Amino acid sequence: MSARVGVVTFPGSLDDGDAARAVRVAGGEAVRLWHGDSDLHGVDAVVLPGGFSYGDYLRTGAIARFAPVMESIIDGARGGLPVLGICNGFQILCEAHLLPGALTRNSHLHFRNRDQWLRVGTSGTAWTNSFEADQEILVPLKSGEGRYVADQATLDELTANGRIVATYVRGNPNGSERDIAGITNEAGNVVGLMPHPEHAIEALTGPSLDGLGFFTSILKHLAGATA
Amino acid sequence: MARVVVDVMLKPEILDPQGQAVANALPRLGVSDVSSVRIGRRIEIEFTGEADLDRVREIADKLLANPVIEDFTIHEVADEPVPAGDPS
Repeated sequence: MSARVGVVTFPGSLDDGDAARAVRVAGGEAVRLWHGDSDLHGVDAVVLPGGFSYGDYLRTGAIARFAPVMESIIDGARGGLPVLGICNGFQILCEAHLLPGALTRNSHLHFRNRDQWLRVGTSGTAWTNSFEADQEILVPLKSGEGRYVADQATLDELTANGRIVATYVRGNPNGSERDIAGITNEAGNVVGLMPHPEHAIEALTGPSLDGLGFFTSILKHLAGATA
Repeated sequence: MARVVVDVMLKPEILDPQGQAVANALPRLGVSDVSSVRIGRRIEIEFTGEADLDRVREIADKLLANPVIEDFTIHEVADEPVPAGDPS
């Protein structure tokens, strides 16, 4: 039986279909979850996709964080449920305090939409074990509030403990502290990523197939967990 | 009815690109003696009865502000807002 990966739809989510497709292309079963339903329907992992959620009226992710489904996801994540937040999903994970720091307006104030090179910082998470550390990958980036910030102590801790999952290379698109594009929690089950791996899984529509690694990683992780 | 104002500002050490963009535009108005502009958000909350400022503080801390990057202040104001531009 293939692993069941939930993909949450918030009002304003626009990459939920792509994320679900990425799960299927990787070989998993995508289960669509609705933000207003607190039931996770027995999924083995969750993707919070990108988009412009209703919480953005106040601060990106601030209101989405209080959606009924998030209460279940927060409980699950604290118990080890793998969760990947992409773009707005990353912002929601920070607002939910599952990941440290915050995402703020790009330093140059412009929305950035481009294919972006990243360096994978660690293969030691549920979502990056298909990569090798220091591997460079190309995935699309599209965000206006993608600048990662945290206090110096948090940044030092993330650096020292290998919790920076991806950094921007060949140019920092938004002024992120220490070129951070993605981070993980201490346990390695929760990952937040600003660029969009779900848009780089098929040659027809993406700049590479590099993004698929995040989705094969979770299936590998879940297969290992049940073996 | 009680009206409470919550002012949310980015912490001083967090870059405020919007404020900077405004500061950079001021010389076009002939203003050359401004060293910094910071932009925040003012949120007005009306209660049906008395305002419980401890609860407002909790609302601000959990939802209205993100304490990682923002500070907030709270104060209760008179029922009737003073119209903008009122010289009194």
